[in-house]
Amino acid sequence: MEKIFQKLSLASASLVFVILLGIFITLFNSAKPAIDEFGLDFIVNPAWNKEVVVEDNSAKVKPTVVADDEAVMDEGDDDLLDEDDDMIADEDSEDSSKITKTIYGGLVPIVGTLLTTLIALVFALPIAMGIAVFLAEIAPKNIAYPIGIAIELLAAIPSIIFGMWGLYYFAPIVADLVGGYQVSLLTAGLVLGVMILPFMAAITRDSMNTTPDVLKESAYAMGATKFEVIKDIIFPFSKVGIIGSIILALGRALGETMAVAFLIGSIFVLPEAINDPTISIPVAMANNFGEASGLGESALFYLAFILFIISFAVITFAKFYFLKGKK
Amino acid sequence: MRLIVNKIVLGLSIFSALIGLAFLGWILVTLFIKGLSSFHFSLFVNDLIDGGLRNLIVGQFILAGIAAVIGIPIGMVAGIYIREYGNGTYANIIRNLSDIMMSAPSIVIGAFVYAVIVVPTGGTSGFAGAIALAIMMLPIVINTTDNMLSLVPKELREAGIALGASKYKVILDIVIKAAKVGIMTGILLAFARIIGETAPLLFTSETSNYFTLDLTQSFPSLTVSIYDLANEPEESSRDLAWAASFILTVLVLFINLTGRFITRNKKN
Repeated sequence: MEKIFQKLSLASASLVFVILLGIFITLFNSAKPAIDEFGLDFIVNPAWNKEVVVEDNSAKVKPTVVADDEAVMDEGDDDLLDEDDDMIADEDSEDSSKITKTIYGGLVPIVGTLLTTLIALVFALPIAMGIAVFLAEIAPKNIAYPIGIAIELLAAIPSIIFGMWGLYYFAPIVADLVGGYQVSLLTAGLVLGVMILPFMAAITRDSMNTTPDVLKESAYAMGATKFEVIKDIIFPFSKVGIIGSIILALGRALGETMAVAFLIGSIFVLPEAINDPTISIPVAMANNFGEASGLGESALFYLAFILFIISFAVITFAKFYFLKGKK
Repeated sequence: MRLIVNKIVLGLSIFSALIGLAFLGWILVTLFIKGLSSFHFSLFVNDLIDGGLRNLIVGQFILAGIAAVIGIPIGMVAGIYIREYGNGTYANIIRNLSDIMMSAPSIVIGAFVYAVIVVPTGGTSGFAGAIALAIMMLPIVINTTDNMLSLVPKELREAGIALGASKYKVILDIVIKAAKVGIMTGILLAFARIIGETAPLLFTSETSNYFTLDLTQSFPSLTVSIYDLANEPEESSRDLAWAASFILTVLVLFINLTGRFITRNKKN
């Protein structure tokens, strides 16, 4: 019995390793056709689902771009477009002996993912720090406790709720203030920021609370003001933990789907301004996976693979930074 | 001067705390107003095809329930391995990998299950959705079990072994019982988290307008339907999405508070 239980527990623990390895291998395998086809250029290629002429036997040699996803806000239309592409491709190759192929590039969603995350961090970081300082140092215990609970509960609200609220209530106000579209990089990033705010504030507060009281009291006894204690005692002491928690929040923002899906606009166009609509990797997957097939699906898996690698790297980095600080 | 700087910074901190709370309060108030105005008890009686939410709520519970039935035992036993059996490096690697897995993008997990289960079985199914949620839940349960077992004093284990009990008996009968409340809280929080998940279900279970208990078909999911409904142009669909969001949020917060309440009672 003892032996069986021990083996069972070892097997369960190893399952974590197996699943992670499985995710890595499966994503890579499913992305293989796209990786073979587009290679690393995928990362810097802004075209998505575009018909290009690779060989033109008629007189005019110009790489015409036929299909364009521009202004297609509704994900449901994509498969219609796909069919259109195929038809056009067929006609083209028959009529004028052009050889065309559909190309996919990941630049737009990759840039969209990084920019929304950046906007979210820039927005959430100062507010989260303020909340953390307020909860850890300024507020009296009987205020800090209920507000702390409220913040933690808000971190538990499903992300789809943030997305809906953002689309119908927050985005119109931002669009009025800044101009531009209601669905844009800016509104998606800000809503993402609101979403990671409670998570970031809660773990930053926890790191700040690990500062020993003796250190703080010594500083106060020397005549330091509260700000000086926070700046010179608490921040240096809990710096590593705070940076770790920022990176964890970053990892969360990178992979967030639903809050962003409502607001980013879901079009494969590089944003020219901060209030232009674009797309991120998770949203590209959420909205196009159902209709995609063949190379298109493989390209989405390529994106998923890239996202997985990025977030794996980010979290591993945070983890080791964290651990180094703890020991 | 120092005092002025101090005042300014503290003021800024309080101000940012107020901004944060205002945002979060705004979301909750919106949700309650919009949700309650579209809320009606007939929502619990009709299925989505008749303008209700019954099949979706039941479906979401079944998906999360199956995920819990798969994820909790495996996660607990794995957590036991890391804390009780594991020695050194391997246990540490698993612990770190589990933490990484906890932060893995949920949509990537959905894509993984799509490739491994949906494609070979030929279509979306409730089973695939439940597996995706179970994968999400697993690392949370492992993490909780690991942390809670670390709080159990060593003397308890020694006392058990001194009585001649074998190690697995000590773990199951003594250590787990001592850590029971903490583990249960963690499991409730994990359940609250996965029941609100949308992204891993999008292309694994999808959703359905009809009431079904057949796990081999597309399965009704509250969260996926909220996403679909909210994107529809008709006002009535969006109202239904708000009512569904309201129910979902109340549910998640209720489970969450129950978890916290259990721990607090234990502490007092």
